[in-house]
Amino acid sequence: MNRRRFLKRGIVVGMSLGTGAAHAQSAAPDDPSKVLGGPKRPYGQRSRFETSARKAFRGKTDEHGGSMTPLGDLHGIITPSELHFEVQRGGVPDIDPQKHRLLIHGLVDRPVILSIDEIKRLPSVSRIYFLECSGNTQSEWRAPGLPTVQGTHGLTSCTEWTGVSLALLLREAGVRARASWIIAEGADATGNERSIPIAKAMDDVLIAYGQNGEALRPENGYPLRLFVPGWEGNVNVKWLRRLTVVDRPYMTRMETVEHAGLMPDGKARRLMFVMDAKSVITFPSGGQRLRGPGLYEITGLAWTGRGRIRRVDVSTDRGHAWRRATLQEPVLPLAHVRFSLPWRWDGREAVLQSRCVDETGYEQPTLRDLVKVRGVNSTFHLNAIQSWKVAADGAVSNAHGAA
Amino acid sequence: MVASRTSMSSRLALAAALVALVAAAWPAAAQLPTYGLGRAPTAEEIKAWDLTIPPDGQGLPPGRGTAALGKPVYVQRCAICHGETGTDPKYFVLVGGRGTLNTDKPLKTIGSYWPYATTLWSYVRRTQPFDEPGSLTPDEVYAVTAYLLHLNGIVKEDDVLDATTLPRIQMPNRDGFVPDARPDVGRRPKTPPR
Repeated sequence: MNRRRFLKRGIVVGMSLGTGAAHAQSAAPDDPSKVLGGPKRPYGQRSRFETSARKAFRGKTDEHGGSMTPLGDLHGIITPSELHFEVQRGGVPDIDPQKHRLLIHGLVDRPVILSIDEIKRLPSVSRIYFLECSGNTQSEWRAPGLPTVQGTHGLTSCTEWTGVSLALLLREAGVRARASWIIAEGADATGNERSIPIAKAMDDVLIAYGQNGEALRPENGYPLRLFVPGWEGNVNVKWLRRLTVVDRPYMTRMETVEHAGLMPDGKARRLMFVMDAKSVITFPSGGQRLRGPGLYEITGLAWTGRGRIRRVDVSTDRGHAWRRATLQEPVLPLAHVRFSLPWRWDGREAVLQSRCVDETGYEQPTLRDLVKVRGVNSTFHLNAIQSWKVAADGAVSNAHGAA
Repeated sequence: MVASRTSMSSRLALAAALVALVAAAWPAAAQLPTYGLGRAPTAEEIKAWDLTIPPDGQGLPPGRGTAALGKPVYVQRCAICHGETGTDPKYFVLVGGRGTLNTDKPLKTIGSYWPYATTLWSYVRRTQPFDEPGSLTPDEVYAVTAYLLHLNGIVKEDDVLDATTLPRIQMPNRDGFVPDARPDVGRRPKTPPR
């Protein structure tokens, strides 16, 4: 949905209902230069005409579920913290940072307990990284599932994360020779815990306390979370309170019963860490509408857990011909990359697709190729090419699986 | 000689006490040696948080339970969500589903899917009941675990579960998990994943 439609809808709703939302209270002046403006605010807030929001989904209870990023409304590559997707299994814990502690123990010479203030005194790093839940797009295995890109792909986001290198902390604690894994645990009601190979822990993992320049949002792990670049969302343990250095994976519920991919033969792949390369067109995408033939800019996002996106191609004819899209700078490793391609729509039905290739040569597959190998019951890690159908009247809908 | 041995052993004891004192005093300043931050955790602090149990059962506390003992605990604390028989689909189904994993409608339950009984114990101990996480005693957790395994036909009603017997349970889907085979689709990477 574009900005103009939001604006229009907001005003119509405001006028017809006359209650509730701020934009219902008064019309904006015709010429804002002829009246005095509003007051300053201690903490910024968006225009009352902007209504884009996360879309919640419910799991088994009100505390079990999450909310999805409105990718179709966003610009550039950074997801505002307020719109970053979230997934919880036992609600968002209420944590006093003065009371919160991080314990590092197990196969280390110097087990340690650190406060948040102490962690903030250590050398900090800031990195822009995508974060994707491996359950993203799981509605699309069998048939087009959800109508908008928020529903199909809204469990990926990209923000700047600030924190301390886990390798620094582990070196300080003195990891012993036979250490080969770490267990990370969160302080929420379902105590998310995951096993992570020590090689990754000593590479680029962060203990993060900052998100887009301010403290983490509670639903994203306040006051401390693990950040494991390029790996499935669930290992990025939120509300982090314990790291145990061990010599084997512990086979926790979250890495056996969930996040394992069930194959057609009944065997399940487990410890599926890396996020495969994936891209999606965010405009035009499901639920949006083109207002007549003419020039449009097709745009979308691409990302990969294996480093950098090298190329994105776009097709407007159901995957027969592909054209190379422009990658907007900056093209950062392990981050969303914004791509775009000008397109002159002739007013006839069209199917739009994007396909990316990463620096390892991995090419985003079709759904057919994915299903051929994995069947339709593996739930996680669906990274197939997404198709959007533009109808002759300009309405855009989910046509996933068209290629 | 006796006196001198006594005095030597008391000197040794004094030295040992000094070493212990220094050891107790030092870590507070030396846990992160470069930055002089952090303090050593106490054994109690580690014990309170380190509740993850690996498949070999390391760290399982004393205690015991049977399915017969677990049934009343389950009925009182768990059935409101999971149903009397663990088959209420409103929440995660706990019982049944054997033989469905390779069908079009796989049903993943403790009996059909979970590879290790220790994972179940650890999860129940830390996170259940859903609205009162961590409130069951070790005995209750052994008993409820036994009851859930019994409902799935894995243990008998009077089989005793404890720190020794729990890790020995062979779950039906113990060998149902395989390593991640990706990239299985898409072109094979020329360089290894980072």
